[in-house]
Amino acid sequence: MSTSQNPLAATLAPVATPARDGVMLRILIVLGGFVAIAAVPIAFASSYQLFQLTLAATYAIAILGLNIVTGFNGQISLGHGAFYAVGAYTTAILMTHFDVPYWATLPIAAAICGVIGFGIGFPALRLGGLYLALTTFAVAVAVPQILKYKGVEDWTGGVQGTFLVKPDAPEFTGLDNDQYLYLFVLVIAALLFLMAANLLHSRIGRAMRSIRDNPIAAEAMGMDIARIKTRTFALSAAITGLAGALSAIAVEFVAPDSFSVELSINLFVGMVVGGVGSIVGPIFGGLFVVFVPNLAESIARAAPGVIYGVILILFLYLLPQGFAGFPRRIGALLRQRSQG
Amino acid sequence: MQGLAHQLVAGIATGGIYASVALALVMIYQSTHHLNFAQGEMATFSTYIALTLINVGLPYWIAFVLTILISFAMGVFIERVMLKPMHNASVLANVGVFIGLLLVFRNAMGWIFDYTIKAFPSPFESDHPLLGGLISGHELGSTAVTLGVLGIVYVFFRFTKLGLAMRAAAFNASSSRLVGIRVGWMLALGWGLAAAIGAIAGMMIAPVVFLEPNMMLGILLYAFAGALLGGIDNPGGAVIGGFAVGIIENLGGAYLVGTELKLTLALGIIICVLLVKPSGLFGRVVQSRV
Repeated sequence: MSTSQNPLAATLAPVATPARDGVMLRILIVLGGFVAIAAVPIAFASSYQLFQLTLAATYAIAILGLNIVTGFNGQISLGHGAFYAVGAYTTAILMTHFDVPYWATLPIAAAICGVIGFGIGFPALRLGGLYLALTTFAVAVAVPQILKYKGVEDWTGGVQGTFLVKPDAPEFTGLDNDQYLYLFVLVIAALLFLMAANLLHSRIGRAMRSIRDNPIAAEAMGMDIARIKTRTFALSAAITGLAGALSAIAVEFVAPDSFSVELSINLFVGMVVGGVGSIVGPIFGGLFVVFVPNLAESIARAAPGVIYGVILILFLYLLPQGFAGFPRRIGALLRQRSQG
Repeated sequence: MQGLAHQLVAGIATGGIYASVALALVMIYQSTHHLNFAQGEMATFSTYIALTLINVGLPYWIAFVLTILISFAMGVFIERVMLKPMHNASVLANVGVFIGLLLVFRNAMGWIFDYTIKAFPSPFESDHPLLGGLISGHELGSTAVTLGVLGIVYVFFRFTKLGLAMRAAAFNASSSRLVGIRVGWMLALGWGLAAAIGAIAGMMIAPVVFLEPNMMLGILLYAFAGALLGGIDNPGGAVIGGFAVGIIENLGGAYLVGTELKLTLALGIIICVLLVKPSGLFGRVVQSRV
């Protein structure tokens, strides 16, 4: 069927081409942005700054996991630090006790966290909204105590924790170890964010959001709420666990007290500040969680927490969509002004 | 046998603390259907205020009363300023505000009063044990105080006009507004009372566990467990649940899991209650119409 014979196709064709150009443009922007984000710090940043950026990337991944279950699916979790801890400890135990190479521990950590998340997802089905928040909060409070438990001390290293060895950069890259690790974490983060974006824009992503916004209508439309909720929880746990595994490699150390309730709260704050229910939001969240305490620490030792709390509350009042909602908010204000 | 009896009595003493905090949680839950995750931190903050007042040179009981009044004002203030704008916001936004409050209080305490562990005085002489070593003076005194508080709260809600108005506001806000009850202020009053009860609980537990910014974190968890066990929408049930959790914690810690995993025990209770009987022992089973 040629275009000249079909007027409808003729009118459609010119519209379709710019749309495809738009997709190409977007891919180019994403690729260019990634290269810039990867290359600039590797070229200019000190090894400590690279370490901080690496941590920010792992936090961004963890917050992405939290945002999938809380932001997109509406299941409030205050205990995602627990999955982060399980991921980190899985990698630590596999690397120190079984000599598994660092990259091979990642899928194992993600799989273990996914299975645990799936297991937690079932009781979570019965715990609507607030009760799930309460239960996961209790999990977050209890995590350090469980990790310190004497019965598992041989594996976890008990109160003292366990040291890891930072992976060496492969020869051909010509990078030093910090630069290589940064690039490694960044590539994984980029892949996970692309994957999440694809998933959330798909049929399943729409199902997740409709269950968040109106579970009764979603069920009436024939969605299997239990299945989607438990699988979302599993996926979220796997992503956050993977982030924990990466953090263990980056920090070269795991100990119970680095997985206190504050970690879970940090992830929650990062999610709200970055943007609840936004895909790019967790990137801002990760940067916020790593760099804002450093800035605030110069004021006083306890100040980061106070400033954190104040910023969290201010965001909830003034900018509930977080950093990710900032451009849209400004656009709306400008439009309002031009109309009025 | 002596050991078991002592664990039981100690369980009742700490259970009184859990019961008070659980009652504070339930009071806010009943009227707003939100759980105050910052309740523990607010109580710890009040305890620091009490310690400051005592260190200034005030007698214990004057500092005690002043602390209760300050905490009450603090609770009313927080409700009016921070939570009033959130009345129609989502559950997630409300949880976020509570987490924000928790962060502010916890870190402000570390900032103002520093993180070192401090001793807190007990008004009840605890040098010589009573009843043949079964109970210490402080355990007896604090149990009496918490029971007294619970009694006063019961009388207040059952027999005063203001208490009735508060119950009405929590039960049916729009009808209460029609008969002239100022529902917003009743909520603020509830917050004030919850903060005051928390302050008393903090001052009673501080001589036992010592004062530091994290003091109430574990206690809040037990209070959650107690409130859920008794029924989150039933104040009387929450009090019984609090005592029960105190006894379970002490017996479990002594004979079952050891002190290392005490918090995990609270987590276990929470999960068991929510899975087996989410409405708790004395709670109403909520049915929603579709």
